[in-house]
Amino acid sequence: MEISLTINGMIKTVNVEDENTPLLWIVRDLLDLKGTKFGCGKAACGACTLHVDDEAVRSCSYPVKFAEGKKVTTIEGLGDRENPHPVQQAWIEEIVPQCGYCQPGFMMATAALLKKVPHPTDEDIDNNIINVCRCGTYYRMRKAIHKAAKLQAEMSTNESKEI
Amino acid sequence: MKIRPIYIFLILAVVGVVLVFANTPKISNYKTFDNQELAQQNPDESYEKMMDVLTHQRCMNCHPNDNIPKQGDDRHPHYFGMARGEDDKGFEATSCNTCHQSLNNSNSGVPGAPHWSLAPASMGWEGLSRAQIAERLLDKITNGNRSHNELIKHMTEDDLVLWAWEPGVDADGNQRTIPPVSKKEFKKAVENWFANGAIIPTK
Repeated sequence: MEISLTINGMIKTVNVEDENTPLLWIVRDLLDLKGTKFGCGKAACGACTLHVDDEAVRSCSYPVKFAEGKKVTTIEGLGDRENPHPVQQAWIEEIVPQCGYCQPGFMMATAALLKKVPHPTDEDIDNNIINVCRCGTYYRMRKAIHKAAKLQAEMSTNESKEI
Repeated sequence: MKIRPIYIFLILAVVGVVLVFANTPKISNYKTFDNQELAQQNPDESYEKMMDVLTHQRCMNCHPNDNIPKQGDDRHPHYFGMARGEDDKGFEATSCNTCHQSLNNSNSGVPGAPHWSLAPASMGWEGLSRAQIAERLLDKITNGNRSHNELIKHMTEDDLVLWAWEPGVDADGNQRTIPPVSKKEFKKAVENWFANGAIIPTK
């Protein structure tokens, strides 16, 4: 069956045999966007986190049929080298990753959090950022999340000045 | 013209029959089961059957009294520190729907059903006796202002309630346990208990 979705701003149509195929594999194998990672396959670790209509979802447990007509954003669509998302910028500045495998999922979860809670407290972070990092980069991530909130606020201040 | 008494009698009889049918109280609007069949069931037995389901972990896990959803047959606290949040659906960016969709997922073992969420805090049942659960169920202050008919509809038709009989597989691929009473028997028990006045038996 054919499923159409908007992936990082581009409309794509994919052919799938099984409409229950996890969105993760569509993104990685059919759309060739390898930034979203397979971790546990049980929606437990969060390495596969991406956004569907701006909401964070665990794509290993998200049938592609539910993405029909929706807006999907992966780490590749969050920002780019020239214009990184505040979360990506903060991750670079705080030198967060160690092995790096789980980091796209963390960044996507953080970007979703900042949309809902622009200035998260430590408690907000504890509640919402529950992905798993086997390198234990949680301390640096917490710093980066707070920094990303500041960068995002500065960015929106600058944008309103320009207007 | 003189009307014969027999005609007067017939007219009165017809009017009487019409009035009797017009004033017959409607026992219920739900007609899944024949009222005759319902009347033959012991309401206390229906109550116990209904409670066998409500106190089963498939139902109880999402009716906590500590705002923490439970998982599994051992009713352990939901992993990852998930909790009720402000809308019964978890936290702002990591909500129930981050992982739970409207259907069970046989690839990941994550259960799902429409409007996956915790029951409201006022409907926390964990640790309560059967009678206390029934009191909360019937009290409009705790049950979301639901009438008996609305409760019957919720308990016998809501997809999330009925998910208990189609809970899918767990993360290891094993079928989740289901309540000890069949879905059909449960529906019958609920309808019978309410049809008989929703009386909470005293021990």
